[in-house]
Amino acid sequence: MKMRISLFKGLHAEPPPWLRVALAVLPFILFLAIYLFAAEIRHQENPQDKLLPTLTKIALAVEKVAIDPDPRSGNILLWQDTAASLKRLVLGVSIASIIGFFLGLNMGLLPGIRGLSLTFLTFIANIPPLAILPILFITFGVDQLGKVMLIILGTFPLIARDIYLETSKIPTNVVVKALTLGASQFGVIYRVVMPQILPRLIDTVRLVLGAAWLFLIASEAIASQDGLGYRIFLVRRYLSMDIIIVYVLWITMLAYAFDIFLRLLVSWLFPWYSAGKKD
Amino acid sequence: MRKISTLLFVALIVVFGLFKEASTKENYRIAWSHYTGWEPWEYIRHSGILDKWAKKYGITIQLDLVNDYIESINLYTGGTYDGCVMTNMDALTIPALGGIDSTALIIGDFSNGNDGIVMKNGAKVTDLKGRQVKLVELSVSHYLLARALEMNKMQEKDLTIINTSDADIAAVFASDKDGAVVTWNPPLMQCRGEKGANMVFDSSMISGEIIDMMVVRSDTPESLKKALTGAWYEAMAVMNGKAAETEQAITYMAGFAGGTIDEFKAQLLTTAMFYKAEEAATFASGSKLKETMEYVRTFSFGHGLYGDATSKDFVGISFPDGSIMGDKNNIKLRFAADYMKMAADGKL
Repeated sequence: MKMRISLFKGLHAEPPPWLRVALAVLPFILFLAIYLFAAEIRHQENPQDKLLPTLTKIALAVEKVAIDPDPRSGNILLWQDTAASLKRLVLGVSIASIIGFFLGLNMGLLPGIRGLSLTFLTFIANIPPLAILPILFITFGVDQLGKVMLIILGTFPLIARDIYLETSKIPTNVVVKALTLGASQFGVIYRVVMPQILPRLIDTVRLVLGAAWLFLIASEAIASQDGLGYRIFLVRRYLSMDIIIVYVLWITMLAYAFDIFLRLLVSWLFPWYSAGKKD
Repeated sequence: MRKISTLLFVALIVVFGLFKEASTKENYRIAWSHYTGWEPWEYIRHSGILDKWAKKYGITIQLDLVNDYIESINLYTGGTYDGCVMTNMDALTIPALGGIDSTALIIGDFSNGNDGIVMKNGAKVTDLKGRQVKLVELSVSHYLLARALEMNKMQEKDLTIINTSDADIAAVFASDKDGAVVTWNPPLMQCRGEKGANMVFDSSMISGEIIDMMVVRSDTPESLKKALTGAWYEAMAVMNGKAAETEQAITYMAGFAGGTIDEFKAQLLTTAMFYKAEEAATFASGSKLKETMEYVRTFSFGHGLYGDATSKDFVGISFPDGSIMGDKNNIKLRFAADYMKMAADGKL
């Protein structure tokens, strides 16, 4: 007698490819249906409703922000904002990664550095950066520097701590072996251990990107003249949900694209790292 | 399993109960946010004046403080609240343009120096040329700046506007040695107190154009409108009196606003409160209001606040004398003097 393998239920389920696609799409369809239903009800009551714009209104908003130039400045708003925001995000996360990586790596291997910075780093990591915003402005100003610093301060402790934990997992005998074979201390850190930790850095960056976006949007809400967060906070003043939804979807797409890019980067640069991992 | 289904059942009843309560509509929800001219609302709630008037008209009124001004208007526009305090400009650009038929029930005050332009290294509006000016874009501050520039034959492109949250504007100004900001009280007071700061323009120079009011949905019943108006003018009488009660009320409001009594009194001086219903009703019926609304809608349309609408006539604004500005078939903002008149005549 042939066992029937369940398509969906239970631990042994093996959904065929068509079902996997359908399952992935289903929540989106349900979500969209609920949204459209609610929007329809609100529009029946009030045709000018701004809270839940219909698809037509969202399409018009796309045209307004992504295709037609802005009548006041002559720029295409979405591209201008995206360029400004990405510059801040990439700058902030890159600097945070470099600081976090080297700090974490050295902390993991050198007891002296660890003794000096571990407690302080744990302390810093627990300060919510948004709570000390006024101090940040007064120190770094509200221009580009202040915004990038917020992203750096918000993300580097996470990166440093994660890299530290990963470095601590390197077996001592690897280090001892390298030293026995004549490696210098410098060589152990940067030629033996660092290559093993690098892919983890990319994975960590994938995780902290979510927080980085949060800090980016928050910093653009404070004082700015362009950026994705700036536009969202600006049009919120007159409840232009159509534009906000377009921007939120765009941010989600950008974030998703970054995530895929970094994942591919890991598997291309370090094929050994993701071997046997589910992702 | 049984536990879970019991839990689900209870949750269902609770949710159903909440809906039920919301649908009976004997209870009305009003939102307010911090501003000198609106602090009396908290006093009205705290002192029991609100409950007294609600009871008189057989309803209950729940007054909520929403800590974010724009969010309170958005909640009103979205349908959470039946009424909310806001300025004339925001009443036009947020609920009215959002299709919510709204009535300006009580004209509480107009800003008479509560909004201002403050700068370092400069002493007059023309010194703003080429400078970075921080303000909450598309707010009454932006409007004030536009009017100041217009009076001084300047244009917005002569300077750079940087959108800055009102919560942070005072800290930002303090840290910027070349700062220039447009803001309102209380942050305005902090900015003026900075070393080297000069106030180069304030709302007393466009007196009566930035109006603070209580706005309710036009389809709410008489009872709510009467109760709110009655309660407001009872509080106004207390504030304007000479009794010990007056001092107590002011002390309570100052404390709730998070400042000292002196600070609060200083802010009241730059707020032209209409303590008498009669004065407010006259203001609402005057021709000056129409002139102001014309400025405000021209500014709003010119700055893209009308969205896709092709003309500033898209939405209609009606005035107590029956005249209408804009589309007659799409009246969404109504200035009403009748309830304030009733209060003045003691008919509430």
